[in-house]
Amino acid sequence: MSQKPVGGPPGEEEVDWCLYQLNGTTEFEVSEADIISTVEFNHTGELLATGDKGGRVVIFQREPESKNEPHSQGEYNVYSTFQSHEPEFDYLKSLEIEEKINKIKWLPQQNAAHSLLSTNDKTIKLWKVTERDKRPEGYNLKDEEGKLKDLSTVTSLQVPVLKPMDLMVEVSPRRIFANGHTYHINSISVNSDCETYMSADDLRINLWHLAITDRSFNIVDIKPANMEDLTEVITASEFHPNHCNLFVYSSSKGSLRLCDMRASALCDKHSKLFEEPEDPSNRSFFSEIISSVSDVKFSHSGRFMLTRDYLTVKVWDLNMETKPIETYQVHDYLRSKLCSLYENDCIFDKFECAWNGSDSVIMTGAYNNFFRMFDRNTKRDVTLEASRESSKPRAILKPRRVCVGGKRRKDDISVDSLDFTKKILHTAWHPAENIIAIAATNNLYIFQDKVNSEMH
Amino acid sequence: MLCKGVKRKREEEEEEELTSQDWWLEEATPSPSSEEGAGPAPLPPSSLFNLSIFKLHHGLRRGEPDLRHLVLVVNTLRRIQSSMALEPSAPEPPCPAPADPFPVVPDTPLCTSVSALLDDLSHIEGLSDTQTAFPEDAPLSRPPDPGLDPGRPAPLGSLELLLEDGLEGLFDDIDTSMYDCELWPNLKTDSGETEDKIQGPGLDVSELDYLMDVIVGTQTL
Repeated sequence: MSQKPVGGPPGEEEVDWCLYQLNGTTEFEVSEADIISTVEFNHTGELLATGDKGGRVVIFQREPESKNEPHSQGEYNVYSTFQSHEPEFDYLKSLEIEEKINKIKWLPQQNAAHSLLSTNDKTIKLWKVTERDKRPEGYNLKDEEGKLKDLSTVTSLQVPVLKPMDLMVEVSPRRIFANGHTYHINSISVNSDCETYMSADDLRINLWHLAITDRSFNIVDIKPANMEDLTEVITASEFHPNHCNLFVYSSSKGSLRLCDMRASALCDKHSKLFEEPEDPSNRSFFSEIISSVSDVKFSHSGRFMLTRDYLTVKVWDLNMETKPIETYQVHDYLRSKLCSLYENDCIFDKFECAWNGSDSVIMTGAYNNFFRMFDRNTKRDVTLEASRESSKPRAILKPRRVCVGGKRRKDDISVDSLDFTKKILHTAWHPAENIIAIAATNNLYIFQDKVNSEMH
Repeated sequence: MLCKGVKRKREEEEEEELTSQDWWLEEATPSPSSEEGAGPAPLPPSSLFNLSIFKLHHGLRRGEPDLRHLVLVVNTLRRIQSSMALEPSAPEPPCPAPADPFPVVPDTPLCTSVSALLDDLSHIEGLSDTQTAFPEDAPLSRPPDPGLDPGRPAPLGSLELLLEDGLEGLFDDIDTSMYDCELWPNLKTDSGETEDKIQGPGLDVSELDYLMDVIVGTQTL
C-alpha cells in the first residue's frame, strides 16, 4: 500500500494535505448534541454547511481573497447558525422524533439568496439564507425611531436612501415538508431541474416539488404486502447530476437500482440493477451486513457511481451492471474482526464517500479518526488522520499506517489499538478545489493542499 | 466503549448493564493474536444466534426500532439458523450459563427460551391481548401452519412463531393512511395492492377504523 500523498488532479503534482482550520471543542466538553451528523459544500464551494445531533445547522462562508489580510484568505468563518429541527413527539406512536439533522442539500443558487434543504428522520425543511447590509433611511412619515411624524412638520418630500449597515444574515424557513414519511428519512437529493427533489426512507422514496408542501408523489415503494417478507431496505438515493429523469437508490443487500421516471409513475421496476455476486471465498454470516451500501454518489460527470459498504468503496460504470469497475479496500484488516464488530454494533456504522471535483480521487472515512483517499489514476492510496494531536496548522499531514502484524514501523498503529469510537462518517470535498471537510465527532476539520493554501 | 445512537437515559443504563454481562462472548472469543492474518476465533453459530436474538430483543425494546438494523439482524439470524439446521450434530464448545437474567442462554432448550422471549415481547408491545382475542383472524398473528411458500424467505424453524410475530411487531405500521388514501389512484402499484394492514380474514376496514378511533380516543383522555 503506497503512502505517497494523493489527491491532485490528474497530471499535476501530488497533493500535500495540511490542516487549515479546526472548529469544535476539546474532547472533555463533548455533548451528544454537538456531534456533527452531516457536512455539505454548496455548488460553488463558497459555503459549507454542517448539521448536528442537536438539530442545529452551522453555515460557514469562505472569506474572499484580500491582499490586505493575507492570513485570513480562504478561511471558512461562521456565516450563520440556526436551529433547524426541534425534538418532536409523535403522540400516536408515543415516540420521540429525533432532531438530529440527517442530511443537508444545497439548492443551486438562482439569485442573491442561498437555499438549502435540511432533514431529520421525518420532516424536510427549505431554508432561505439572505443578507441584509443596507437599510433605508429618510422616510417621510416615520422618524428614525419608527414613530409616526407629526404631519404638520412635514414640509417637503424626500426620497429614502439606502445606507450601509452591519451585515446581517437572516435565515428563514420557507417550506416545511412534513408527514411524507412513515419510516426514517436517510437521504434527500435535489433534481437538476431545480424544481423537484426526492426524499428516501427505509422503504419508500417520494418526489416533491420545492414549492408544494402538502403533497408528494411516491416513486419507489419496496414495502412488501406481507411485512413478514421484508428482507431489504433502502439505504441511500441520489438524482443523476445531469439527467433529471434518472435516479439511483441503494439497498441493504448491496444492490443499486437506477430508475427512469419516464418509464412509469411508480419506479418499482428498475431500469438497471447493479449488483456484484458474493465472493464465495469471503462468505460469512456477516456477508450481507458488510455488503449493505451506506452511501451512493454520482460522479460530477454523471458517468460513474461511487458506493461505500462496510469494508470497501466501489466505482461503478453506469454502462456495466454486472460488477464495479474499481474496488478499493478501506480497512480490510477488519475482515477478521467482524464478529467483534457485530457484537459492538460497529458493523452497522454508515460511512459516507465523496468524489473530488475532477472525479479522479475518492475519499471516505474510517475508524480512529482516519480517512482514506484513493487516486483512481495512479492507484495510490493514503490514510490520514483528523486529530488535534497529529494536525498542527499548516503542517503537512503525515500518512498513517495500520499494521496487522509482522514488521511494525515507528508511528504505525496496530489493528487492536484502533479506537472504534472515533469514526469519520461524514466527509465532503470542495466541488472544484482541493479542500476537504472532515467531521470527527463534534469537530470540523478543514484540510487544504499546501499549494492551494499558499496561493491565497 | 461509547454506545451509538443512544437517545434516552433509560437506554443508556440498559446498554451499560448488558454490555457488562456479555462475558460469555469474551470467553468464547480468545484474545486476538498479533500474527498477521490471524484474528479472533469465530464464535460458534449458537453463540452468534443468541447474540442476534439479544440484538433483536434489544432493538425491539427501543422506542422506534431502526429498520435497517433490524432487517440486517433478522437476515443474519436466518443465515445462522440455516447453517445450524444443516449441521444439527456439529459439536459446539461448552458455554457456561451466565448469571444474566436474560432468558436466552446457550444451553437452555430453544423452545423454553422462545416462550420466555415471546412473553417478554408480548408484555412490552401489548400484543398478547390482541392475540388472545383474535387467535384466528388478527392480522398481527400468523396462521398456525403457514406451509412453505417458495416465494417467501425461509422460515426460522422452531423460532418461527416468536420471530414471525416479532417481525410483525417489528415492522408494524401504525399509520399508513397517507398511502392508503384514494387521492392518487394512478400511483398504485401494478398489482393494485393496497396496504396490507387493513386486510385480514374477518376484520374489515370499518372495524379497524373503530379500533383506531378507540386508540386515539384513549390517547387524548
